[in-house]
Amino acid sequence: MKTHLENCGNWFLDRFPLTKLWNDHMAQYYAPKNFNFWYFFGSLALLVLVNQFVTGILLTMNYKPDAGLAFDSVEYIMREVPWGWLVRYMHSTGASAFFLVVYLHMFRGLIYGSFKQPRELIWIFGMLLFVALMAEAFMGYLLPWGQMSYWGAQVIISLFSAIPVIGDDLSLWVRGDYVISDATLNRFFAFHVIAIPIILIMLVFLHIVALHEVGSNNPDGIEIKASKDPWGHPVDGIPFHPYYTVKDIVGVSVFIFFFATVLFYMPEMGGYFLEHANFIPADPLATPEHIAPVWYFTPFYAILRAIPDKFAGVIAMGGAIVVLFLLPWLDRSPVKSIRYRGGIYKKALLMFVISFLGLGYLGMQAPTAGATIMARIFTAMYFGFFLLMPIYTRWEKTKPVPKQLTEQPTIEDRIPGWKATFCEMVKEVPIEKDGATVMRKRPDTSGIMNVLIRTAKNLKASLD
Amino acid sequence: MSNQGVDRSKRQFLTTALTVVGAVGTGYIAVPFLSQMQPSTKAKAAGAPVEIDISKMETGQLIRAAWRGKPVWVLNRTPEVLEILATDTDKLADPNSLESNQPESSTNEFRSIRPEIFIAVGLCTHLGCSPTFRPEIAPNDLGEDWKGGFFCPCHGSGFDLAGRVFRGVPAPTNLDVPPHHYLSETRILIGDESGADA
Repeated sequence: MKTHLENCGNWFLDRFPLTKLWNDHMAQYYAPKNFNFWYFFGSLALLVLVNQFVTGILLTMNYKPDAGLAFDSVEYIMREVPWGWLVRYMHSTGASAFFLVVYLHMFRGLIYGSFKQPRELIWIFGMLLFVALMAEAFMGYLLPWGQMSYWGAQVIISLFSAIPVIGDDLSLWVRGDYVISDATLNRFFAFHVIAIPIILIMLVFLHIVALHEVGSNNPDGIEIKASKDPWGHPVDGIPFHPYYTVKDIVGVSVFIFFFATVLFYMPEMGGYFLEHANFIPADPLATPEHIAPVWYFTPFYAILRAIPDKFAGVIAMGGAIVVLFLLPWLDRSPVKSIRYRGGIYKKALLMFVISFLGLGYLGMQAPTAGATIMARIFTAMYFGFFLLMPIYTRWEKTKPVPKQLTEQPTIEDRIPGWKATFCEMVKEVPIEKDGATVMRKRPDTSGIMNVLIRTAKNLKASLD
Repeated sequence: MSNQGVDRSKRQFLTTALTVVGAVGTGYIAVPFLSQMQPSTKAKAAGAPVEIDISKMETGQLIRAAWRGKPVWVLNRTPEVLEILATDTDKLADPNSLESNQPESSTNEFRSIRPEIFIAVGLCTHLGCSPTFRPEIAPNDLGEDWKGGFFCPCHGSGFDLAGRVFRGVPAPTNLDVPPHHYLSETRILIGDESGADA
């Protein structure tokens, strides 16, 4: 029996390089041994992609891509299809989770220089994935045919009409009608369920192939392939399987915990994941009082709104994405990781994060005069981070980079320090209780002040 | 087979020629593929004119109708509003509607055939949201200077009650006035200008 199985296996392996593929990409793919928290988000993005595919396929079984039927078919899924609500909420929550995970994944690239030489192509494929993901999310949002679906699509397709000369014909071609209509809904459905998913899969494949060619970056930002043991394996590398497959399972478990919490207790997320106006069927004659895109588009939407000119606004919004593509060539610093980069980059990155979050917040708010001025300041900061980068990264005073990976203190190592800090912030005071005097811990103002001052000093030092 | 006597330039020519033929073929098939995303004949035919009855309209009232799937507004303006429109033009980007879309018959200071009846396509010329009707003077959220108009909730463009855009907002031009004419005192035909001078 055993030999029969073996023969079967050999027959297969003679015809398909399964063992080789497994070894090249899993069991003998060496990854740096110091991956931290930030390295969970690549595999989590893959997990969410699978979630979107599975739930998406199930949703198409009951959804009707027809302007007259679409809204009701979504309600039908929510109310009458067995477990339809779960599948639909998994899909809608998954969309938001996808962007959250991808934004954190991209931020990891920014702090550890994962976009820098020799990983420029990984970054480019990743950015193409991001653009495809935005297209996928945007087209998917039209499908429920609610008020926000309709007017969101109206605004975004009108962006094309701002392009001189060909703009009007282009937006007409995209819509397939003079207004958003059944034709638009039907073609967005085709793109959402067939065209873009295929592009996404191909880009994920390219992203991973490019990654496995050059190898992963790491929190120290040094090349582990530079120092190898006598067997030709990187000294600081460990096989992806089982080390990182097991590590990622932990990440997946924690992620699913949060995902399920949102899914079961706040699937609409107070209007941020599924907007209130989208529970009203699309009405081509009336725009909702307050219209805002879903949270993951709001930073770019705020940039669009900040510019008081139609064409320039569209250019700025597109430019906000384009500058991200150019990042590997804008950053002139030879050092990858933020651990060894100069204070000027850390401060610039901090400003960028503030501007991105600020724009994200403003994009959800009504366009008042004050909000518009804030959005303009944040837009300048956003572009300043990228466009001034060739200058300030040249001035940057970097720190010496180690030859091999460093070891950071673990949580266990840090506990005594935390305990000492806690003890510093409280003092024992005598308290009368049931006629007896007992010692109780109470907050100590001077201790708390000391800790705060020290924390502030440490924070300042860490930005140098 | 021997490699002797291979005419490399002929091979190169055949390869290039085949590539060109292939590219031309791809170009030809791209035309129907891309064109089939254009509006269908049915969609093109759906733009028939719409008749609106204004006999029951009160002064200051706005009614909405659908024409080619777009909202069309009919607003009955009060004399006070016309007074403001005639005098308060210093904050407008295009007060005389020189760069905006309106039929010949509505190219005047009130942008309408009859001064009190204003007709416009209710879509912001910025990105196509439908602005809200805000006739009140100086409301809390729009500020002291607001003298009544249309405010787009999407990107903050403002228009006066003649659909003229204010300066410093994203919308590039005044609201479009659709081709229309009066069939009688109280009936308007939207989408056809033929009887405009009748």
